[in-house]
Amino acid sequence: MERIAVVDYGMGNLRSVSKAVEHVAPNATVVVTSDSATIQEADRVVCPGQGAAADCMQALNAHGLSSVIQQVVHTRPFMGICMGLQVLLTRSEENGGIDCLNVLPGRVQRFESPLIDADNTRLKVPHMGWNIVQQQGASSAREALWHGIDNGSRFYFAHSYYCVPETAEQVAGTTDYGLSIAVALTEGSVFACQFHPEKSGSSGLQLLKNFVSWDGQA
Amino acid sequence: MGLAKRIIPCLDVDAGRVVKGVNFVDIRDAGDPVSVARQYNEAGADELTFLDITASSDNRDTIFPVVEQVASEVFIPLTVGGGVREVADVRRLLNAGADKVSINTAAVFNPELVQQASDKVGAQCIVVAIDAKRVSADDEPLKWEIFTHGGRRATGIDAVEWAQRMAGYGAGEILLTSMDRDGTKIGFNLPLTRAISDAVEIPVIASGGVGNLQHLADGVIEGGADAVLAASIFHFGEYTIAEAKAHMASQGIEVR
Repeated sequence: MERIAVVDYGMGNLRSVSKAVEHVAPNATVVVTSDSATIQEADRVVCPGQGAAADCMQALNAHGLSSVIQQVVHTRPFMGICMGLQVLLTRSEENGGIDCLNVLPGRVQRFESPLIDADNTRLKVPHMGWNIVQQQGASSAREALWHGIDNGSRFYFAHSYYCVPETAEQVAGTTDYGLSIAVALTEGSVFACQFHPEKSGSSGLQLLKNFVSWDGQA
Repeated sequence: MGLAKRIIPCLDVDAGRVVKGVNFVDIRDAGDPVSVARQYNEAGADELTFLDITASSDNRDTIFPVVEQVASEVFIPLTVGGGVREVADVRRLLNAGADKVSINTAAVFNPELVQQASDKVGAQCIVVAIDAKRVSADDEPLKWEIFTHGGRRATGIDAVEWAQRMAGYGAGEILLTSMDRDGTKIGFNLPLTRAISDAVEIPVIASGGVGNLQHLADGVIEGGADAVLAASIFHFGEYTIAEAKAHMASQGIEVR
């Protein structure tokens, strides 16, 4: 039976993520775990996370999980969600600047204040609610992950910081919020998103379903 | 095209049951939070808010299994409020499956709670609920103050200043209820909503007074709200979420 590990490093609500994964993978064993060996033995890994970047990095290090994640991202399908995406980048400017896992080269920065859009409307921060995701690029990973999801579908966001990847090739999805931001990144067997698929109704469940059947091929 | 304005049905939960009834055509058990949440998800609600109004401390913990069950079956955002007094309450609700926790009276008596909770779990999980009531006379400039105990007890705190302070403490969102309008069905208090929304960078959810669909649209267009919360017009089947969205869209408001 396939084993899916949901990484628990003490940051945030894991129930929604694990229940949503169970919902789309009824035949898999879904374990919420902070144990390195369990994560290394899993067939695929989901890494959620909420809270401040410094706390998340500290928690990953305290659980001895930073090196485990840096290793498993290359060896099996891996999905990062929200803070689980941001910690994959090189560095975040949150909390005065903090080094992250450097799996995906790039940085994480805060929305400008005030954030103004093209019509001169002030936008609220956090970016909170359902926004449109434009699917970007072409690859077998993108084809597999966006399968059955209309381009321009809405997903649920709740964040004040966003990712600026170094290479455009990694961008699998963008959203406009004052500026165009990368909200889905893919590289090798990694797919990571800023929005919450576990809270995005049927489109989110379809994305999770696609992930649990993805072979991890880029 | 961008971020959609949200429509949020609000459910009062007492000792683990939805109260005041929900009158849907297809519902098995109108008191079962999971059934009601599932129905609203299918109807297209953008988010759900559960307000725990359990008075007896014996039944205080009944909200946790409710949140667990709903979060296990309904995959849209869930805010839970009522009786949150310390950071441990916030963590427990988030661990049970809530996405956001709403802090009301406790924030008034212990504002640092908002700061501590936000530092711990992130601003995006913290909603500060503000119950405001007009205190200015008709011939005076508009002024609103924070009230507690269901609008009965004045605090002397200016509502706009309070909202700014809470935003500064790390609230991720404000749930603004006009105590003058709550239950009246004559529409949101639009000047209050506009004043708060303009004063803070964080999103504002308008609440209190919705009686028809134009009220929802007014809350966004005139009040500047990022989301609109309503209870009775949806619960009693007067309007569906789809009708609300179609009406808002017809006024040029972006909806999901």
